[in-house]
Amino acid sequence: MKKLESSLKNMAIVLTGIAVVAGALLGYVNELTKGPIAEANAKALSDAIQLVVPGFDNNPAEAPESIELNGATYKIYKATKGGEFIGAAVESSANGFGGALNVLVGFDKEGNIIDYSLLSHAETPGLGSKAADWFKKGQKGDITGKNPGQAPLTVKNDGGEVDAITASTITSRAFLSAVNAAYAAYSGQNVDTTSGATQQATATETEVKMCENDSTKVCTGQCGHHHE
Amino acid sequence: MEYILIFITAIFVNNVVLSQFLGICPFLGVSKKVETATGMGAAVAFVLVIATIVTYLIQHYVLNPFGLQYLQTIAFILVIAALVQMVEIVLKKVSPALYQALGVFLPLITTNCCILGVAILVIQNDYDLLTGVIYAFSTAIGFALAMVLFAGIREQLSLVNVPKGMDGMAIALVTAGLLAMAFMGFSGVDKGLAALFGV
Amino acid sequence: MNNFKVLMNGIIKENPTFVLLLGMCPTLGTTSSAINGMGMGLATMAVLVCSNIVISCIKNIVPDMVRIPSFIVVIASLVTILQMVMQAFIPGLYATLGLFIPLIVVNCLILGRAEAFAAKNGPIASMFDGIGMGLGFTIALTILGGVREFLGTGKLFDIAILPEEYGMLLFVLAPGAFIALGYLIAIVNKLRNA
Repeated sequence: MKKLESSLKNMAIVLTGIAVVAGALLGYVNELTKGPIAEANAKALSDAIQLVVPGFDNNPAEAPESIELNGATYKIYKATKGGEFIGAAVESSANGFGGALNVLVGFDKEGNIIDYSLLSHAETPGLGSKAADWFKKGQKGDITGKNPGQAPLTVKNDGGEVDAITASTITSRAFLSAVNAAYAAYSGQNVDTTSGATQQATATETEVKMCENDSTKVCTGQCGHHHE
Repeated sequence: MEYILIFITAIFVNNVVLSQFLGICPFLGVSKKVETATGMGAAVAFVLVIATIVTYLIQHYVLNPFGLQYLQTIAFILVIAALVQMVEIVLKKVSPALYQALGVFLPLITTNCCILGVAILVIQNDYDLLTGVIYAFSTAIGFALAMVLFAGIREQLSLVNVPKGMDGMAIALVTAGLLAMAFMGFSGVDKGLAALFGV
Repeated sequence: MNNFKVLMNGIIKENPTFVLLLGMCPTLGTTSSAINGMGMGLATMAVLVCSNIVISCIKNIVPDMVRIPSFIVVIASLVTILQMVMQAFIPGLYATLGLFIPLIVVNCLILGRAEAFAAKNGPIASMFDGIGMGLGFTIALTILGGVREFLGTGKLFDIAILPEEYGMLLFVLAPGAFIALGYLIAIVNKLRNA
């Protein structure tokens, strides 16, 4: 077949033709994959909830409650079993070393941490990215079973009792402040199950704030010291 | 203050070439002389800022209202390709001197992934237009800085004896690695500045 | 040239990463582990094979002056399709590779092969060229990812081989990407000249 010559008419027809075919094809594939993409996202979320507050028989992902605290929005996924409230998964975030750090924290109805899942982060691979496992049960920085309502979680450097990730103090601080904020959102929203939680929540909240300020100050002084 | 922070972060802490790996091709390809590196840096800065503005407008006034987000990649790359052509034509007419200086580099820019990368990042990070433009400009400065520094080193490097297997691209890559390591020294600076400014 | 030769050409003689030095951004940006490198290589290969076939089929109806824009539209469409499919069926890998998936559009390897091979050869040969180049790219990225993962964390394909304390973290970070690739290219140079 002879090659089409580059006349204006040919060029316009070919370009329009290709654009139309491409547009139509993309629209079609978009329709096809829309369902599976939504499903995949929903599955990722429900898997994470299942991990951090196991044992529910409702569908917590279905109707999350949004709550605003200090200008940030937190999503709370309530878990119930046989109609009885057993805990909730709270989506929270903080500014880590490399950017936003999103975490889903599960609390039982007393406010003890059951487990957590690091949803997304931009931390340094091999350093801050260890936060995905570091604070889990049986690991060095285990936070499960702790209750941020009694005392906000802080790293040992700041006088707390949690072991920070080696060479990643900033990530550890950010992670813990996200967990504390998740607790504040959880307890503030959950007045009927924890007595006096509203008051407790405001206390935690201010302390979270203080601790955040603190950590940034400490950070300026010690950055060179920690590898992150 | 926030803008200064973005500026410094994009140039030093998250340098587009040395820590985000965008725009590696021109970084390795046209960095044998400081002069050409400067030209490439300037051309990229020029196109990057315009492209960010245009793609921002397209995303927010064409793609989003019609629910056509899935056409993002295709729309952006076409806009960038067309833009590069237009800049070339306009520059030729308006400022032949500048065209002389940047002309050779312009066609190469279409496939410079830092343009498309930054355009997409601005949308992903949900920046407003002004923040996006400042981010794009700072990224371009960071690109130019990395190019010029690297070209300076390579000019010196061409005068020494390099082991045979390492000659050419191999030694250039190892040098780039050392440069990236030097830039790692800036990491954390953004946190310190943020605390200083109270952002 | 027979198809087998075309295939091997891409894997060894004109390896896109170690010899032609094309597509350096994803090569450096996504190879923090062997799995990631392989994922990126396969994603690129999928686009490359399809784009080579499509472009080889339409090469005669596209006038020369609009060749490049037409090719770019074809490649960008294929990348968008890949993006949607990955998001639907392998969301984990999609999230890891992130920005570098849409950036396959500007990977000079794809447009380069379209221009250098698919625009001059038939669909079958172009397909083999795509597979060869794609495999060459995938193998190179997997090797680079493997080297970085092993030196950086002591693991290979996520399996611990050395205790973590022996890892040189530098190789997982940005500078390690440049340095590891530099030495790999030096080794390939040495082998080719031997």
